[in-house]
Amino acid sequence: MRSFQSMLNYFPEEVLEHIFDFLTSHRDRNAVSLVCKSWFAVERLSREKVFIGNCYAISPERLIARFPRVRSLTLKGKPHFADFNLVPHDWGGFVQPWIESMVKDGVNLEELRLKRMLVSDESLELLSKFFPNFKSLVLVSCDGFSTDGLAAIASNCRFLRELDLQENEVEDRRGQWLSCFPDSCTSLVSLNFACLKGEVNLAALERLVARCRNLRSLRVNHTVPLDALQRILLQAPQLVDLGTGSFVHDPETCNKLETGMPKCTSITSLSGFLEVAACCLPAVYTICSHLTSLNLSYAPGIFSKELVKLICHCNKLERLLVLDTIGDEGLGVVALTCKELQELRVFPSDPYGVGNAVVTEEGLVAISAGCRKLDSILYFCQQMTNAALIMVAKNCPNFIRFRLCTLNPTVPDAVTMQPLDEGFGAIVKSCKGLKRLSVSGLLTDLLFHYIGRYAEQLEMLSIAFAGNSDQGMLYVLNGCKKLKKLEIRDSPFGNEALLADVGKYETMRSLWMSSCEVTLGACKTLAQKMPRLNVEVINESGGDQTEASVDDKVEKMYLYRTLVGPRKDAPDFVWTL
Amino acid sequence: MAYENDMNLKATELRLGLPGTIDESQIKEPSFLKSNNKRSSGDMDNSANEDECSPVPKAQVVGWPPVRSYRKNVLQQQKKNFDSDVLGMYVKVSMDGAPYLRKIDIKVYKNYPDLLVALENMFKFSIGVYSEREGYNGSEYAPTYEDKDGDWMLVGDVPWDMFVNSCKRLRIMKGSEVKGLGCL
Repeated sequence: MRSFQSMLNYFPEEVLEHIFDFLTSHRDRNAVSLVCKSWFAVERLSREKVFIGNCYAISPERLIARFPRVRSLTLKGKPHFADFNLVPHDWGGFVQPWIESMVKDGVNLEELRLKRMLVSDESLELLSKFFPNFKSLVLVSCDGFSTDGLAAIASNCRFLRELDLQENEVEDRRGQWLSCFPDSCTSLVSLNFACLKGEVNLAALERLVARCRNLRSLRVNHTVPLDALQRILLQAPQLVDLGTGSFVHDPETCNKLETGMPKCTSITSLSGFLEVAACCLPAVYTICSHLTSLNLSYAPGIFSKELVKLICHCNKLERLLVLDTIGDEGLGVVALTCKELQELRVFPSDPYGVGNAVVTEEGLVAISAGCRKLDSILYFCQQMTNAALIMVAKNCPNFIRFRLCTLNPTVPDAVTMQPLDEGFGAIVKSCKGLKRLSVSGLLTDLLFHYIGRYAEQLEMLSIAFAGNSDQGMLYVLNGCKKLKKLEIRDSPFGNEALLADVGKYETMRSLWMSSCEVTLGACKTLAQKMPRLNVEVINESGGDQTEASVDDKVEKMYLYRTLVGPRKDAPDFVWTL
Repeated sequence: MAYENDMNLKATELRLGLPGTIDESQIKEPSFLKSNNKRSSGDMDNSANEDECSPVPKAQVVGWPPVRSYRKNVLQQQKKNFDSDVLGMYVKVSMDGAPYLRKIDIKVYKNYPDLLVALENMFKFSIGVYSEREGYNGSEYAPTYEDKDGDWMLVGDVPWDMFVNSCKRLRIMKGSEVKGLGCL
């Protein structure tokens, strides 16, 4: 009797390919390609969407060689801590070589999604000219380009469906890039230019919206005034996602907007409010009841009272981003109203001031008690207690992402003055599916013992100003089997922890350590032992690698696994060991 | 609360940490919390002063709190706009010879004529006609303002928006001083 296994081996490739079509996640596809050679071959030839979590882990040539049919590419460049000014601007993460390589090999690129990469106008021009089927460009936290590059995209991408710019630093060249969309362009489904600083031609925008009948998502920037927005909404009642521009106007325009709004019954996601006068907010009350996503985190001018008046209508909300101006009381209202809430982010409105607008552990507890479906939280707060965290852990065992940030990085439990070990410990113990964790406050090695012991699914961990000794880091490295990204700053972890299990780093995507106790010598040793890791030391004080002593403490170290050896585009201040 | 005796106990405090390491942020931390707790305890003369002055930003650690620079920049820019838009741009107005000063919100006005009419009504006087060459002709009063550099300028020379953003206080000059301006 033939074994099932050998029968599977004779499955026609077309059938395998058809089955693999149903696998959308790159992790699943990675898994099936490991089963056997024929599955590897079928999978690689049929994969269209490729995700590269670290652009230096592989080269564009090898990528294209393995996946020649790639149509959608996602690339991430700089390490996460680059978001907080810890990585010099020109550290790396250039998209240019990727685009050049794909042009050369005739890749039929349709979609490009980049995060924390350096993108030049030249790259955007190449992109727009050499990929005739290009449909979708998503740039998140990138920089290096200007509105000239956007003009090229608008002019040349005939079938553009999506142009989504999220939180990028874009140089404004006042070139009327938006007017470059030709009259023949009617394919836009998503347009987000909220992060741009300069003006756009309002008439061109209105005409563009009017002719793109499939437009579902539109996020404008702060230069688009309310009256223009009002006219745009009349043209696009089919919008699902709206990002407002300037939300300030005279009462008459606000009234016009208020009467126009009810027609926009399909809007489920609302953001923007980049300039807002509280008196204009009532204009949106009528759509609040269908909102599933609301982002008010760029509106410091709205205080708790007005926020509450808005939010109390939003009973279908699943995702909420606000500033801490909402206060604990406001969060209480959220807890009562938003029973479907899954994701909450509370940002600091005044990161350095001795703020009046704050949230504390009370707001967090209220949310956890009221919003039982919560699985993702980012919470910047003035203070925290173990008791509160223990309560939160009990109320919400479903957290996948839990990021807590106390404004003072080493503040202890506000009531008992103890470290916050027990509180965070309760979180990792209770939330068995936790994948991402950021901790802060006064924390000792004990917390890391808890993390190593209980956080079995943890993939990403961010540590700052925490722990007492190498043991802390060792607990994590030994315990968290699924750890992919570890980033540590200002913590007393040193060489012993770094070198204890060098093989571990090949199971991870990357490790970042800054202002810790590791020395240059230890980094060199690690680099020597593990040729498939790039160990990079960022040395901003100038000077040569040869001048530095092995006992010098390393300011910033970033190591990552790679199949292609040291990168060739590292600037002078990055030493690859 | 523990803070009242914090200074005294610090030496004998049990802390987890390598001997000799000073945790900078922990030392700063009590003063941070002091300025939020509006208690007037004998030990805390510092905090009373902190409450009165404008809030002192606590020592800034690079990259903390971890907020994306994009977001920080946007909020900072908005704060500048917000402070003047919503809270109003109140400036003191003094009139030579008047017993006390007044305060007006210059953001309320759309242009110079609006502002000058309001000043005329407030102080019961009349300002002459403005010309670039001669200043205010036809009255013994001239509206002046102190700009960001501390210089006294004649109201009306610069575009309205520029004036609004640089005006720190107003002074309505009278008499011989006015003639002095007219000669410039």
